[in-house]
Amino acid sequence: MNISHEWLQRFAPHGRSAEQVRDLLTAHVATVEGFERLRADLAPFVVGRVVETQRIPETKLSFNKVDDGSGTLLDVVCGAPNVTVGATYPFARSGTRVPPSAKNPEGLLIEKRKIRGFTSNGMLCSAQELNLGADADGILELQTDAPPGTALLDVLPVGDVRLVVDVTPNRPELLSHLGVAREVAALTGVALQRPAELQALPAFGGTTSWATQELLVGGFTVRVTDAADAPRYGVAVIDGVRVGESPAWLKACVEAVGGRSINNVVDATNYMLHGFGQPMHAFDAATLGASTVLVRRARAGETLVTLDGVTRTLDPSMLVNADAHQAIGLAGVMGGKATEVSASTTRVLLEVAEFAPAVVRTTRRRAALSTDASYRFERGIDGGATAEMLALGAALIAAVGGGTVIAQGVVGTAAAARPAVRLRPSRVARLLGDAVPGAEITALLRGIGFAVADAGADALDVVPPTWRHDIAREVDLIEEVARLRGFDRLPDALQGARPGTVPDHPLFTAYRRVRDALVAEGLHELRPLPFTAGAGEDPATLVRVTNPLAEDEPFLRARVLDTLARRAEYNLNRMQGNVRVFEVGAVFRAQGRGLPREAQHVGALIMGARRPVHFSEPQPPAFDAWDAKSLAEVMARAAHPAAAITLVPGDGAVLWQIEADAVRIGRVERITLDAPVWAKPAFGVELLLGDVHNVPVAAPSTNVHDVAPVPATHREPVRYRALPTTPAAEFDLALLVPDAVAAGAVERVLREVSGAQLERLELFDEFRGAGVPEGTRSLAWRLTFRHPERTLRDKEIEGRRVQLLKSVEAQLGVRARTN
Amino acid sequence: MSLNEFLAALDALAAEAPDRIAAAADLEAWTEVRNALVGRQAGRLTEILAGLGALPKEDRREAGQRANAVKVGIEEALDTRRAALAAAAATSGPALDLSMPARARWIGAVHPVSLVIDDVIEIFRELGFSIAIGPEAEHAWYNFGALNFPADHPAMDMHDTLYLGDEQVLRTHTSPVQVRTMQRYRPPIRVLAPGNVYRRDFFDPSHAPMFSQIEGLVVDEGVSFADLKATLSHFARRFFGASTRTRFRPSYFPFTEPSAEMDVQCGVCGGGGCAVCKQSGWVEILGSGMVHPAVLEHAGIDSERYTGWAFGMGPARTAISRHGIPDIRILYDSDVRFLEQFAR
Repeated sequence: MNISHEWLQRFAPHGRSAEQVRDLLTAHVATVEGFERLRADLAPFVVGRVVETQRIPETKLSFNKVDDGSGTLLDVVCGAPNVTVGATYPFARSGTRVPPSAKNPEGLLIEKRKIRGFTSNGMLCSAQELNLGADADGILELQTDAPPGTALLDVLPVGDVRLVVDVTPNRPELLSHLGVAREVAALTGVALQRPAELQALPAFGGTTSWATQELLVGGFTVRVTDAADAPRYGVAVIDGVRVGESPAWLKACVEAVGGRSINNVVDATNYMLHGFGQPMHAFDAATLGASTVLVRRARAGETLVTLDGVTRTLDPSMLVNADAHQAIGLAGVMGGKATEVSASTTRVLLEVAEFAPAVVRTTRRRAALSTDASYRFERGIDGGATAEMLALGAALIAAVGGGTVIAQGVVGTAAAARPAVRLRPSRVARLLGDAVPGAEITALLRGIGFAVADAGADALDVVPPTWRHDIAREVDLIEEVARLRGFDRLPDALQGARPGTVPDHPLFTAYRRVRDALVAEGLHELRPLPFTAGAGEDPATLVRVTNPLAEDEPFLRARVLDTLARRAEYNLNRMQGNVRVFEVGAVFRAQGRGLPREAQHVGALIMGARRPVHFSEPQPPAFDAWDAKSLAEVMARAAHPAAAITLVPGDGAVLWQIEADAVRIGRVERITLDAPVWAKPAFGVELLLGDVHNVPVAAPSTNVHDVAPVPATHREPVRYRALPTTPAAEFDLALLVPDAVAAGAVERVLREVSGAQLERLELFDEFRGAGVPEGTRSLAWRLTFRHPERTLRDKEIEGRRVQLLKSVEAQLGVRARTN
Repeated sequence: MSLNEFLAALDALAAEAPDRIAAAADLEAWTEVRNALVGRQAGRLTEILAGLGALPKEDRREAGQRANAVKVGIEEALDTRRAALAAAAATSGPALDLSMPARARWIGAVHPVSLVIDDVIEIFRELGFSIAIGPEAEHAWYNFGALNFPADHPAMDMHDTLYLGDEQVLRTHTSPVQVRTMQRYRPPIRVLAPGNVYRRDFFDPSHAPMFSQIEGLVVDEGVSFADLKATLSHFARRFFGASTRTRFRPSYFPFTEPSAEMDVQCGVCGGGGCAVCKQSGWVEILGSGMVHPAVLEHAGIDSERYTGWAFGMGPARTAISRHGIPDIRILYDSDVRFLEQFAR
C-alpha cells in the first residue's frame, strides 16, 4: 500500500517527520518496506531573492542581481515579466538540471553563459519549468520568509514522501490512508479528522433509502439477487456532471500514491479507494439498459468487455453487475467498457458496495484479473460504512464534477455489531510475560476504535469495530495490546526452562554420521532440486506434481543418484571431471491414491582421480569399482552402525546389492552419464537411511501422548576381548582359481576349514599371465593364526596348510600355484 | 671368586662401557657393542653373572643388586645411542627438500546451507532443544488446516503450493512438524525442525522452488512472548556477534499470535543504511510468534494450560549474505569448484 505522507497528515495531524512515521508504523503496525521521496528532482533548487533588476533595452529580458545565500550576489538574466525586487523565486544555480519536459527530455542543464553580452549565472524558474503546474507566464513567486539558499523543497509543499507499507492479509483496513492514519493518531495521541478538502462538500438534501432486495434510486431499479454475495449495495445518482480535468489537489493525491489522473469522476472514486479503502465504481448512467442495475451471478457463456479492453467469457461462479440485458461489470473487480464514464457523460451512477470476499476471490481468479478493488474486497472492507462512503463519494463527485446528487440508496441491511470478545488482563500478562494494567489495555484498544466495557474482576468485554475482521478470540486482542505498547517494551532476559520430552529424530543423527563419514572421505555435500524427468523409471511408480514448475521435470525423484548424475553432467559440461559428491535427501514412490512412500536416502557419486596429483604420483589412478565398494561399506556402516553389512555381487550396471542384517538397503552401481570422451567412469552408491512416516500422528484435535512410547535408543556396547599373549603364525597361500570360481567362495572354504584360530585372512595379490593357465587367475592370501594359550608349532601350521589345500581342491577345484 | 673380585669385574665393565658405546659409529657397530656388553650368549655382563652362583650365599644379594644397577645403566646408554644413530641414519643420504608439498588427499566439504543449519542447531542445543523431522510430502491438513490457515483466504496466497493431489501437498513450510510433534509428545516441548520446503516459485537470483527452512517450537506452561524475545535475541547475539541488536516488528502468520518478525542490525553498514538492507539499517532474519491457541487445540493440547512460541528462518538467505553469494541458484547448481571453497 502506497501512503502519501502529506495526505496522511490531513487525516492525522501528527506533526512527525516521514522518517518518524516510517519507524512508528514498522514498530507497531506494519512494516514500511519502501521510502521514496517524491520530486527528488527539485532537491538542488533553492530560494533566490532578487536584489536589483534592470531591463535590457530592446528585449523582453531583465538583468538581475540574485542573492542565493552564498554570500556573493549572482548575475542572472531573466525573460519573465514579473521580476520584482525583494521577492523570492525558485532558483537554479549553474550545474543544476531542470526537470525533463517534452521539449527537453534530458532536462536542461543550467550553465554560466552570456546572453546579449550579459553574464547569466543561474536561472529563476517558472512553475512550468519545475513541473509544478501549467503557469509559464512568469517566474513562480514564493510565499515564504525563508532566507535565500533554503532548499526549495523545504518551502514548497511538493516534496511528499511515499511510504510503501507491507500490509498483511489480516489487516485490510490498512489498505487506506484512513486506516493507517487511525493507527498513527492513536500512537501519537492526536485526534483523527476528516481531510480539509472533504469538509465543505455540497450536502445531499434527501435521505439515503434502504431496502433488503430491491430499490428505486433516482429512476434506476437496483436489485441484488443474493444478499450473501453483496450484503450491502449502494447506489447514488449524480446529475449534471461535467467530466474533465481534476483539481490540482485531487490530481496530487492520485499521483502521490502512484496512480495516474484520468478525469475528475474517476479520480474521485480513486480518492475514496486510497483515502478510505472503499472501492467505488462510476457508471455512465445513460448507458444502462432499461435503467436497471442488478447484482447477479454470471450466466454460463456470457461475455463482457472489461475496462482494459479484454473480452471475458464468464461462468456462474462469477459475480457481475448487469443492466436489464447483460453484464456491465465484474462485481468488485472491474467495470465494463460499454458503461465507462466518458467526456460526454452527464449523469453518473455511483456504485458503493460491500461484496462478499469469497465470491470476489473466485471472480478475480476465474478472470485472472487482480485490481485494487478486488484486493480490498477479498480481504474485507468496512461493512459498517457503506452509507457514509456512498454519501461522501457522491458528494465528492458532485463537488469536483459540478453536478448534483439527486438520489442515493442502499440495498441490504446495516452491518450487525460484532459480538464482544472477553479479555482477561491476567491472560495478557501470562502470554506476554509482562503485566499490563486494565486501564492501559482499555485505553490502547479504544484508541483504535474498539469499544471496551468492564465486565468484573479480570474481565473486559471488547467489541471490535466493523473494519476489523481479524478479531474473534482473546488472543487477537492480546496481539493488539502487545503491538500498540510495542514489542520493544517487553522484557527479554532469558528465563529457566524445563527440558523437553522429545528425543532427537534418528534420521537426523544418521544424517550427521553419514555426512561426517563422507566428508572425511573427501566428498562434497550437495543440496540440489529433487525434480526429475523420470528417465529409466516406470512413470506409474513415480510421484507426479499436479502443477509442476516445468513440464519436462514433473516428477519427484525416486532415487538420489538420479539427481547426482545430472549434477555430475553439469560439472562435465564445465570441464570438471573430478566429481565426488553426495546428498542426503528425500525420495518418493507412488503408493495408490494416498501420500507417496517417502524415505531418506544417502547417495554418493565418484568420478575421476582417486587422489590429487602429487610429485610422488604424477598420474593418480581413477576411481574404480573397488573404491565404490569401499565407499559403500563406509556409508552403510555409518548409516546402520548396529547392523551387519554385506555387499552381495549384483550383475549388469548393479555391482553390489547392499544388505544390512540380510535386508536389502541399497546398491552400488556404474553410472551412465552423458559424458565427453575424456571423462572417467562414474560410480554411485545409494542406500536407505530410513522411512519418513507421513501417516497422521493422530486424528485432528487429539494426541497420542499416552499411547506412543518414546523409542529406545539403547545399543549393544562393544565387548572387550583380552589382548593376545601368544605369538601369531603366518603363511601365504597362492592358489590357481578357475574363472568360474569367486574369490569369495574360496575365502568361505578357507574360513570354514581354519576355524576359530584364524585371526586374519587377507587377499593380497591377483595375477594373470605367464605361468598361470588360461581361464584361471592366481590369487594369493595371507593367513594369520593364533592359539589363545600357546605358541603354535611348525608341524601344526604345516598340517593346516595341507588341509586347506586339500579342501579347496576337493570343494572348488582350486589348486596351489607351484611356480 | 670372591665378592670383591665380582664387584671389581662389574666396576671395570661399568667404566669401559660408556666409551665403547659412544664409539659405535653406526647401527651395525652398535649391535656388536651391545652383544659384547650385555648379549645373552657372549656378553661381558652375562659372563660376570655366571660367577654369581659361585659366591657365598650371604654375598649374592648385594652382588645381584649391583649387577642389576650396572645393567640398567648400560642399557640406558645403549638406548640413547641407538636413538641418536637412528636419527642420524634417517637424515643421511640426499637431504629431503622440505619445501615440497605434503602427499595430497581430497578434502570434503559440507554445503554452505548445512553450515548455517549446523550453527543454528548448535546454539539451540545449548538451550536444550532436540531435533524433529517430518515428511516433505504432507497432508494439506498438517500444512494448512491444523496451522489455522483460513480456507480459500488471501493468507493462502503467501504460500504458492505444489500439489500432489487434492489434499496432498509438498509442504510449503516446516511448520507441519510442529503439529506432528505436539500430537506425539507431551509438553514440555523444545524442538528444532530443519528440512526442505517447496513453493511454486520459479528459479531466479533470489527464489527457488525448494529451499531449506529451520523451525523452532517451545510448548510448556507459563511460556511467554518475553521468553520468545529473550531466546531469539540470545540466538542472534550468539550467531551474529555479541553486540548484535535486534528488533521485533508486528507481522502475520495464521499459526502464531502475536506474530513478529525479527530483524538484526545490518552487519554491512552497521545500521546506517546501505544497499544490502535497502537503506533501512535492518535485515530480516526470521518470523516468530506465540503458537496460536487454535494450533494447540488442533494438536490435542489444552490451550488454556499450555502456551508456546515458534519461529522459522531460511538458512539459504543467511548463507548467501554470510558468504557473499550473488545468486541463490549457485547453491543448487553443485559446481564442484564452488563446493571446494567450503572444504575444511
